[in-house]
Amino acid sequence: MTETATTPTTPFDELEQAYEALAQAIDRAGPHNEAVFLAKLALTLGQQLGSVAPFKEAIAMALQDLPARGGA
Amino acid sequence: MRPAGRGELDSLYFSYPTFAAKAVPELDGIASTHKVTIVGAGPIGMTAALTLARYGIASVLLDAKSTFNDGSRATCIARPSMQIFDRIGAVAPFVEKSLGWRHGRSYFRDHQIYRLEMPHSDDEKYLPMYNLQQQYMEQYLHDAVTAQPLIDMRWQSEVTGIATAERSAMLQVTSPLGSYALDSAYVLAADGARSPMRSMLGLRLKGENYEGRYVIADVQMDHDFPTERRAFFDPAGNPGGTVLIHKQPDNIWRVDYQLREGESEVDAVREDNIRARVGAILDDIGHTGPWALEWWSIYTANTLALDDYRHGPVIFIGDSAHIVPIFGVRGLNNGIADAHNIGWKLGYVVNRWADAALLDSYTPERRGATLDVFANAKKSTRFMTPPTRGWALAREAALSLAISHDFTRGLANPRQMQPYTYADSPLTRFPARDGEFTAGPVCGAAAPNVRLADGGHLLDQAGDGFTGILFSANTPSDEAADLLQDLAAADPKFTVHVILDLDGAIASTYGAGANTFYLLRPDLHVAGRWRSLVPDEVRRTLAAGLGDSAP
Ligand SMILES: Cc1cc2nc3c(=O)[nH]c(=O)nc-3n(C[C@H](O)[C@H](O)[C@H](O)COP(=O)(O)OP(=O)(O)OC[C@H]3O[C@@H](n4cnc5c(N)ncnc54)[C@H](O)[C@@H]3O)c2cc1C
Repeated sequence: MTETATTPTTPFDELEQAYEALAQAIDRAGPHNEAVFLAKLALTLGQQLGSVAPFKEAIAMALQDLPARGGA
Repeated sequence: MRPAGRGELDSLYFSYPTFAAKAVPELDGIASTHKVTIVGAGPIGMTAALTLARYGIASVLLDAKSTFNDGSRATCIARPSMQIFDRIGAVAPFVEKSLGWRHGRSYFRDHQIYRLEMPHSDDEKYLPMYNLQQQYMEQYLHDAVTAQPLIDMRWQSEVTGIATAERSAMLQVTSPLGSYALDSAYVLAADGARSPMRSMLGLRLKGENYEGRYVIADVQMDHDFPTERRAFFDPAGNPGGTVLIHKQPDNIWRVDYQLREGESEVDAVREDNIRARVGAILDDIGHTGPWALEWWSIYTANTLALDDYRHGPVIFIGDSAHIVPIFGVRGLNNGIADAHNIGWKLGYVVNRWADAALLDSYTPERRGATLDVFANAKKSTRFMTPPTRGWALAREAALSLAISHDFTRGLANPRQMQPYTYADSPLTRFPARDGEFTAGPVCGAAAPNVRLADGGHLLDQAGDGFTGILFSANTPSDEAADLLQDLAAADPKFTVHVILDLDGAIASTYGAGANTFYLLRPDLHVAGRWRSLVPDEVRRTLAAGLGDSAP
């Protein structure tokens, strides 16, 4: 149970808004484009972070605990 | 529904009584105008009748059935509802039989990802939550109804028609002993989610229906786990779906599970399917011993409400006025608060202690609470049963991150019912006075309890009327004494408590100093508070609480 944020973190109610915006945007992208949409989103955030270290850290976090049998 | 060979009321642990229809004066042609008639003796109708009786108001309570609701239905009683049962003198058997709790766990596949701990302090008299099967709740409320001579309980009496005038309503009642008309100045429609009263008046619920469908099943088993709420996302026992498990008294466990997409409702409720699905879930939680199936039902999440809870002399309370998703246990609890809110207001109006305009505050206060419930329920429902691919994928991401990281765990919070603050209530006249305080309950909030040195609680000392709390180390000033006299003259049920200890727990909980004054409503929400007493504003606040709509 680790918390390794090195960049300023978003308050919970804003994280919740981010969660909702993400869900709705995936639906807008549609099933054929969801992977490319998510990759574009990640890359854009990587650019906005200002340096590559926190981006690599986020990649490691997101790779962790991926399900063996595939997800949703 | 129950297993093959057992009738609707053949429970493994509860004996349903049968109540006969009563010979009533109207059947002999003796008509009188009743002050209040309540349609529906579910938990909400009975709570309303008991609240009215607290103010000396007689009521006729009608129910079409001959016994309590079948099945355990709503099982979670939140603290504010326990406080209401306390106020109406019915709480003792609830405390005795129910299972109190304040913790929960959420799991994603095999991982525990969230530990729910509902806020609780030793000053509280009741725990945040209690589990009790609904038919026990109804039995205990009915025992209190039976002991109350002011309530004329009429079972097997179905309302089949209504004609309303501005100041009264004429109900058509059908019982096995005959049909009759019942004239009533006010009618409380507590006739449940399908509310025939609503249809007869041509009113409709409005709002949203959600995707997810759940089966609710009760099983009897010896299973060793504390009373906690367990939520399982995508467990091996129900792949792709969500499961909730609650413990109830009498070794009964509630298992709620989400149906799979495309699964037909007809198949889902077949006994063999119920047994197979419940069996897989019990396997998954490590239950190896025997279990018996008690009751099951199917359920869809909706957020629906009437635009106006009042229609002339008819006032809607409980499920007839609003339907909310069960996650977060708000259905029953929200209705109990409706019943208590309209109960004291109608009690005051019928006694002529308050102007009838007081009733206009019922819809904004209680519908406001329902809309707040909707906002929370919408979030938890979308998490429990993601409606689209986008929501499902976002949830999967949040849950997967939650295995090793804290920051998404809050999204899996079931958002249990919290006491509601009547923020923009017409009964609150001076909300700006909150700015003078650095602590304590704001205007419209439920008054917090404080444990007293003798083991009792502050709020036990409140009467049935408005309550003043004056913080004063010395004898109250002449100005304060005059005010208290005026308040007692305006409200025959008024009580006052002078708190002498300005450094004690009560003063600190209420953020009070010398000459601080709180005015509590009969439902123990704050009507107004003044860091330093302003008598004229207190008088005007009480007047508003008694239906004076002048600013
Ligand atoms: C199958 C099922 C499962 C549920 N599960 C849950 C749950 O898990 N958690 C939760 O929080 N809530 C649950 N609920 C909802 C909960 O039971 C309700 O919120 C609660 O019962 C509301 O109480 P009420 O008094 O407003 O209505 P009800 O309990 O429905 O009572 C209405 C009463 O009105 C009577 N009536 C109806 N029409 C007439 C008429 N014309 N004349 C006279 N009497 C009439 C009925 O006989 C009934 O007794 C469930 C409901 C159902 C049906």
